[in-house]
Formats: sequence, C-alpha cells, structure tokens
Amino acid sequence: MRGWTNVVIAAAVVAAMSPGLTAQRSPTIAAAANLNFALTEIADQFKADRGTPVELVFGASGTLTRQIQDGAPFELFLAADEEFPNQLTKAGLTRDAGVVYATGRLVIFAPNGSPLTVDERLDGLARLIKSGKAGRLAIANPAVAPYGEAAEAVLKRRGLWDAIRPQLVLGDTIAQAGQFVTTGNAVGGLVAYSLVLGPGFAERGKYALIPESDHPPLRQRMVLLKRAGETATQFYAYIQGKTAKAILRKHGYGVPQ
Amino acid sequence: MDWAALRVSLWLGAGTIAILLPLGVWFGRVLAVHQFRGKVLVEALVTVPLVLPPTVLGFYLLVIFGARSPLGQAFQSLFGQSLPFSFQGLLFASAIANIPFVVQPIQRGFEAIPSDVRDAAACCGLTPWQRFARIEVPLAWPGILTAAVLTFAHTLGEFGVVLMVGGNLPGETRTLSVAIYDRMQAFDDRSAGVMAATLLVIAVVTLMLTTTLSRRVGVRRG
Repeated sequence: MRGWTNVVIAAAVVAAMSPGLTAQRSPTIAAAANLNFALTEIADQFKADRGTPVELVFGASGTLTRQIQDGAPFELFLAADEEFPNQLTKAGLTRDAGVVYATGRLVIFAPNGSPLTVDERLDGLARLIKSGKAGRLAIANPAVAPYGEAAEAVLKRRGLWDAIRPQLVLGDTIAQAGQFVTTGNAVGGLVAYSLVLGPGFAERGKYALIPESDHPPLRQRMVLLKRAGETATQFYAYIQGKTAKAILRKHGYGVPQ
Repeated sequence: MDWAALRVSLWLGAGTIAILLPLGVWFGRVLAVHQFRGKVLVEALVTVPLVLPPTVLGFYLLVIFGARSPLGQAFQSLFGQSLPFSFQGLLFASAIANIPFVVQPIQRGFEAIPSDVRDAAACCGLTPWQRFARIEVPLAWPGILTAAVLTFAHTLGEFGVVLMVGGNLPGETRTLSVAIYDRMQAFDDRSAGVMAATLLVIAVVTLMLTTTLSRRVGVRRG
C-alpha cells in the first residue's frame, strides 16, 4: 500500500504547488511582433531605470486582440495599427482610447544569393515575376497582421498582387514572415523595417525602404487594458518618454512629436 | 534556456498524469471488464481526442470557456480568473487531449488478465478491493506505466492547444514547445536550439526509462 500513499502525496504536492505558478507575476504586456527588438530594449531600459520588470508577449495584432477578448490577462497592448486597439476600446475592454506611440515602415528584403534585386518601386520584383522564375515571397498574414495588410496594399498599388498571389507564403506574424526570408525559404519578403535593423537580419541580405505613401500609414496605437496595474501604467508613460522614443527611432520607427 | 518554460512543461506533464491516471485506471478497467450497451460509442468518444486536430479542441475550449461566453463569465466570477490563458486552463485542455493515451493502454492491460485469475482470486476469499489492488493492478502494471509515460511525453510535445488556449504567457502557459516557437520568431535560434535539444533528450530518456522499467517489472513478476 505504500506505493499508493506515495502517489497520493505526489498528487497533493502537485495540486498545492501549481497555483504558485500564478502568484507574484510582473505585468504581462502584449505587443505586435514588429516590436520584437525595440520593445525588448525599452523594457530592459525600463527595468534598469525603475527596477521593475515587465513580461513581454509578442504576436500578431489580430491574434492578440482575439486573446484579449477571450480574457487573456494582458495589462497593456501595443498594436501594429489603430483598428485592433479601437475594436477593444469599443468593446469596453480598455481604460481609454490610448495613444499612437510609433509609425512603422515596410521594406522589401532579399536574402544573400537571392535572384531578387530590391528597390523602393519593386521594379526588381516585377522583372523577376515576368521572367517566371520568382520563388516564394513572404509577407505577414493580412487577416491578422497590419504589416501584412500594408504589404498587400503595396503589391496592389504596383499591380503585382494577382501575379504574385500564388507565390505568397504567409507568416503568422511579421516576424515569422521574416523568418521565412532569412532562412532562405523565400526569395524575398515585405517585412517591418524594425526587424531588418535588428540582429540576425543585417548581414543576411539587402533591403530597400518602401515609400510611406505606397500604403495606408502603419500608425501603431497602444491601449491600457481595464486590468492594468501601476507598473503597466508607468510603462505606458515610459514608452511615450524621451528614452523610449530614442530607442524607437533607432529601430526605424517614426515617433509622435 | 527558458527555465520557467521547462518548469511549466514539467508541471503540466506531472499534473496531467495526476489527474488522469486514477480516472484512467478506473475507466480503463470498466471498459475491459464490463460489457454494456453503447460501449462502442463510449470507446469511440474516449478515442476522439486522438484523431481530432488540436485546433478543434482549442476552438471549443475558447468558445465555451472564453470571457465572452456565459459559462466563462460564471467561471470567472467563481474563481476570480478565467480558464483560458491560465495554467489551470492548460491543465484542463491537456487532460482532455490525453484521455485516449491513458485509457487505451490501461484498458488493454486489464483485458490481458484472464478471467480465471479473477475468479481464482475470488475463490481464495479476497475482497473485490484486495483483488483489484493485489492481483489486477500488478498484472496490468505495464499498461498503467505505458499510459503514464505516453501522457507525459505527449503533454510535453503539445503545441497547438497550448498556443490557442494558453496564449504564450511566460511562467504561466509558455511551455517549452511554445518557447521554441517564440524564440524562433525572435530570431534567437541559439536558445531555440538548446530547448529543442532538451526536449529531444527528455523524450529519448523517458522512452528508455519505460522500456527498462517494464522489463524489470516483467522479470520480477515472471
């Protein structure tokens, strides 16, 4: 019978200790995947300045919005656009309408050795399509990622959308689209400028900035959610401060005056 | 290496076993010993999670227990916390997903015991509980062990449901398999590689352990 007693004790220990996982956590911040490098740096700086850490969770803005509606315990949400946070505000899940904290830029990126030449008007891409040798082009899924939506707008504007459509690979997030490109699984991609400036990208290929006028502006809004505590509120203010703005600028974002 | 994620994974595996094993031993034995109407349907329902895409389970859990459903709101007001995006919710999802991995091996284990043995034990004057604990469980032990190991290994490898229902919260619902995906997305291939290797080692060791244990059990009983 001793074996059974041990099993019961083990089960009791598991039951008693597992809620410990939830106790005493720093606030969890949900952020669009394009912020991967910039926000991590801002959070590190915030911790150095204020001594309080925040936990960052990156994902597609649409996915995160859905999770917040389903009850995910985020305290602050930094989106890649304005539409998703506005949706949450309308649903009464946010403290207020929030603020625009940055404007994103899109680039066309080609990994080393790719037949794609990059330029701001996508002429190189058009030539490659015409030659019939275009491989896969990576963008973020337009349904859940604003950077994907912007990529779709750019391709439509250049009249390349219908031709390139069968060749598109859709990343869950803009970061995954970037992953497809840097690993050489796509001849190129339309990805966030902020990612290209981060580690792991720079040496791996060439890029060209897409003019902002070619797609609806990527105005990125953030909102404090109803459950936001003091640290999250401080972090929200910190992102609008001088230090964070300098970091955002360094990572290729435009910031509000 | 994300130690918090490793901890979440191990707790999830252990917790799933703690919840399912007692239920599995009971239910697996019921299915092995008793014949009843509708048994085919019951067996099919028990096996369903095996063939169901994880997204189906994730979808239903979010729709039924999400913050926008009446049941989810009731749960929230009762426990002050929603079921999705919490460790408890993950445990719940994992328990459902692993039902076939527990019930089937245990059922086979009990089925392998000849009814003569049970009858003989009864003739010797053992009570039903004594028969169960001293005769049946030791004989069905390889099945029970297989169930525990499969559940543990399967829980560690779970990805789709965890991402949908758990939402990648560090220290809470970010398991090792989700952390690998997360690190890949952050272009941190080194960390992803370390964690992938860890999971590989855990999987191989777990399987070696089962084989060794069940052989030793077999020798002792034989």
